[in-house]
Amino acid sequence: MFLRDATTCLLLLAAASFFLAGLVGLLRFPDVFCRLHALTKADNLGLGLVCIALIIQADSWHGAVRLLLTWFLVLVSGATIAHLIARKALQQGQTPWRNR
Amino acid sequence: MTGLYLGLSLLLLATIVLGLVRILRGPTAADRMLAAQLFGTTTVAILLLLGQATSNQALWDVALVFALLTAIAAIAFVRRDLEPEQNKKEDGDVSA
Amino acid sequence: MTLLFGHLIDLLLAVSLTVLAWRLLATSDLFKATVLFIAFGLLMALAWVRLDAPDLALAEAVIGAGITGVLLLTALRHLDSGARVARMSGRSGRRSLRVLLPALGIMPALLVLLCLSSPHIRSTAGLTASVIERLDQIGTDHPVTAVLLDFRAYDTLLETAVLLLAVVAVWSLHPVRPIFSPEPISPAQRGLLRLLLPVLIMTSLYLLWRGSHAPGGAFQAGALLAAGLLLLLLSEQRLPGRWSGMFLRLLLAGGFMIFLLVAAGALVGTGTLLDYPGGGASWLLLSIEAALSLSIAALLATAVIGGRPSDRSTEFPPRRKDPAGEEG
Repeated sequence: MFLRDATTCLLLLAAASFFLAGLVGLLRFPDVFCRLHALTKADNLGLGLVCIALIIQADSWHGAVRLLLTWFLVLVSGATIAHLIARKALQQGQTPWRNR
Repeated sequence: MTGLYLGLSLLLLATIVLGLVRILRGPTAADRMLAAQLFGTTTVAILLLLGQATSNQALWDVALVFALLTAIAAIAFVRRDLEPEQNKKEDGDVSA
Repeated sequence: MTLLFGHLIDLLLAVSLTVLAWRLLATSDLFKATVLFIAFGLLMALAWVRLDAPDLALAEAVIGAGITGVLLLTALRHLDSGARVARMSGRSGRRSLRVLLPALGIMPALLVLLCLSSPHIRSTAGLTASVIERLDQIGTDHPVTAVLLDFRAYDTLLETAVLLLAVVAVWSLHPVRPIFSPEPISPAQRGLLRLLLPVLIMTSLYLLWRGSHAPGGAFQAGALLAAGLLLLLLSEQRLPGRWSGMFLRLLLAGGFMIFLLVAAGALVGTGTLLDYPGGGASWLLLSIEAALSLSIAALLATAVIGGRPSDRSTEFPPRRKDPAGEEG
């Protein structure tokens, strides 16, 4: 039991760091295209680590399946939305940031 | 363990509140929309953690619904029609 | 430690909701206000969760953050670019607004705190106990569904009528116009539609079924189905013209009509409106909820489309007119 709890704690702390990284990226990156990267990191890795940590603690397989389904849906819709927003921004004439 | 879940929920909530700055400041419309998208994902994480902390599996259903919905507002933003004056012209002078 | 974190979460939610509402009202760019409103809906759903009301959190998530967000974003198109910036009454007006709004917000909060600290309010138990002890007379295990569909069924009946009247009002304003931009859809969006739509429908059915013993129910299921319909609309799917006549109207009014028929049937049978036969068998409640869900889905989606169908030959909502010629 201790191993299980310790693993969950580690995974949750790692998830916290990814969400913080997403926030820093959202606030500090210079350009909308860079900020989209921050969005997808928080989606994939932050939420993914939270889901894995909760799956380890889950009592039943059907709770674990629900967690996996939630994570999968966020992954797919997050990636597609990032692509669509970037496409829209390009069409509206924004150019990516260059380090001058 | 419950303390850890709640503590992480607090941290994620603080992330959302700080991310509001991007909605308030973000120069383009796409910036604002992507911040809203990020909030949706972070809220899913908060709901999962709160559900585990209070042993209330109904919250995991709410998280699933959130995961389904974060896409809809963003797609509406992408597909929205910015030039409605064009379709008021009867001779169809529309540029795509 | 747990209690401290819980209180801190509640405090942070309360403060951020208030500040968000203030910034939302004080901003002059309407698009920014719409996105702030979507964020407000998300935080509000979290507030309902902290207040131990998952049913309300579900409804707030779907309707506040999802459907109303789409509604506002598509409604912005009706304003020309000048009107998209809300006019304030000048610099002095804005400054006094910045002081006035928070002050107005604090007063109700103080009032609530005052009431909550009075010993009389603390000692009342609320209605939870009396609902739970009567639950075995109804065909459902979940107290919220029991209240919505049986103890206070009259309210639910009239709320459905309100939704129907809202769509009638929207339809009476003007005929339907094309809503989304005519650019071709990205294949990524089509793929997302193919994945999300079946999951949305299944989750809607799951919420409808769960409503009998866990948070869920007709309204949440219907709103989720409406989100699926909106996703279809956003991906350039349209209702064929011949279905936008009587069929559409039957779909919109059907839930309310069926609920009214059951209520009237009970009136004829037992002399009391909405006194379900047999104390409300679960199949009866479930079929009322199913009809309500379908109607609510159609009503919400039609409200977002925002205009009455013109005639049976054009699709609903119509396509943008082709510059090369008329479309049939």
